[in-house]
Amino acid sequence: MSEKLYIQKYCSIKNKEVYVGGKLMFSSETSIAKDFFKSVYQFLDIKYSKFFKMDNLSKLAFLSAEFLLDKNVSEEKNTAIILSNNASSLDTDRKYQDSINDSENYYPSPAVFVYTLPNIGIGEISIRHQLKSENGFFVFENYNANFHYNYENSLLQNNKCDSVLAGWVNIDKDSYEAFLYLVSERGEIEHTEENLKQLYNL
Amino acid sequence: MKEAFITYHTMISSLGFSSEENFNQLVSENTGIKKHIRENGESYYSSQVDKQKVNQEFSKIGNIDNFTTLEKMMLLSVEKILKESELKISDKTGLIIATTKGNIDTLSSKSNFYNDKKRSYLPELGKQIKTFFNFKNEAIVLSNACVSGVLAVAVAQRFVKDDVYDEVIIVSGDLVSEFILSGFTSFQAISDEPCKPFSKNRTGITIGEAVASVLGSSEKNKNAVQILGTGSCNDANHISGPSRTGEGLVLSVQSALKEANLESDAIDYISAHGTATNYNDEMEAVAFGRLGMLEIPINSLKGYYGHTLGASGLLETIIGIESLKNNTLISSLGFDEIGVSEKINVIEKPENKELNVFLKTASGFGGCNTVVVFGKISD
Repeated sequence: MSEKLYIQKYCSIKNKEVYVGGKLMFSSETSIAKDFFKSVYQFLDIKYSKFFKMDNLSKLAFLSAEFLLDKNVSEEKNTAIILSNNASSLDTDRKYQDSINDSENYYPSPAVFVYTLPNIGIGEISIRHQLKSENGFFVFENYNANFHYNYENSLLQNNKCDSVLAGWVNIDKDSYEAFLYLVSERGEIEHTEENLKQLYNL
Repeated sequence: MKEAFITYHTMISSLGFSSEENFNQLVSENTGIKKHIRENGESYYSSQVDKQKVNQEFSKIGNIDNFTTLEKMMLLSVEKILKESELKISDKTGLIIATTKGNIDTLSSKSNFYNDKKRSYLPELGKQIKTFFNFKNEAIVLSNACVSGVLAVAVAQRFVKDDVYDEVIIVSGDLVSEFILSGFTSFQAISDEPCKPFSKNRTGITIGEAVASVLGSSEKNKNAVQILGTGSCNDANHISGPSRTGEGLVLSVQSALKEANLESDAIDYISAHGTATNYNDEMEAVAFGRLGMLEIPINSLKGYYGHTLGASGLLETIIGIESLKNNTLISSLGFDEIGVSEKINVIEKPENKELNVFLKTASGFGGCNTVVVFGKISD
């Protein structure tokens, strides 16, 4: 691939609001992350019972992806998923640690332990959209546009995939923030480090 | 497009503090797995690093009280790579830290760093390593379950090929902690004896700990191996169970071989993941059957080190590089009778054989798989 690459679609979820392509799509009054995610799920009008088993980080990744991936076309597409954040899976790690501190409950359920990995959300999106492509979960102080630009560019230019679903998905205690986008040969906003930074800061 | 090589490597494990020391132990079929006692009094098998020796060695380069155990091991191993390679860190030097759980032990009130709330964050681990050696770029922390260590090699190769970096230091590491032990116990995945990958008598994993480091570079030296191809594909099947068809692993091998411009018959040796759980080992055998790679000598090194989580892929890559250099296949310790449905060619005794190309594979929770093809350089 040596075509120009574009940020085909983008979505951000934070402060009780969902923006897609810069336009407000949904907002809610609830300040509790878990409840807010449930209201976004209801707004999407989908039936996917696995959603309710996910931890908050996976829910946020899953919901952001729902706004960007077309269920009908993704099946044949070789779409990579490259996500990053600041707090890794610490939100669930802390809950898990609390339960092993309690000797009565020393062996918590494996269904909790599996979410003590930040890349599980990538697995959830892959299952939902049947994406059998390149994956990676990275951790930085803040959204690192330079890294994302270079790595997305590398995967596409070296024909490892046809498009990349990428971005930032962070959960830490009560705060949540997602900025996801789809990079491909189609679109109007050129895939550059500067544009990624700008869209993240919108 | 540039070529990418691994030019220096080192490791800290239950079997020693250098790659050479470790490799010699494996040639002699010595395991680092021993019986240990848990905080709750139960005994378990595990492969653990001599922490007194870590402190002893670390005191030569820094204050042992200022760093967590994992940081000290990572710093020691990066220090060694920098010294041996005489690398001058520039703004085109990358730093990748691969870990599954990082400083997760600091969440426990028993940790000396429990009150330093920042310490459990992975970017803080990155900052500790970056600052100690004055790296110019922010550390890229890669946390992708049990493929982290080998995925880091793929990421480094891509950045070197694309000329984003001239060279990349990769350090990968994970420790045995109560957090990890209780988690795998909850999955009923821990073996009550040293693990037996691919065996009919396997009863689950043994947890281990290690730190491994390599220098990836666009410049080769006489010890270099080339990173010929990489692939990392998801199963899209289950978040904690391996795919029954080995789909993601098959796709990853195909992707790596295509990039390397090689057919499967060019592979002299497969360094598999082989965790010794029922499902993982079966999945790998099914994948290699589908790929027509059953004849190729294969091993799992988990019988020596246990499963060292995010470190395992890089640790096992280094042993593979040493195998190539020494033209020596390492036995798959713990294997007796075949216990997977496809007849894979498990290495039962150390053997001298000319080796030119090997495949490193890993798979993990979240449905992730990573494969890297390495080749000897001829000049």
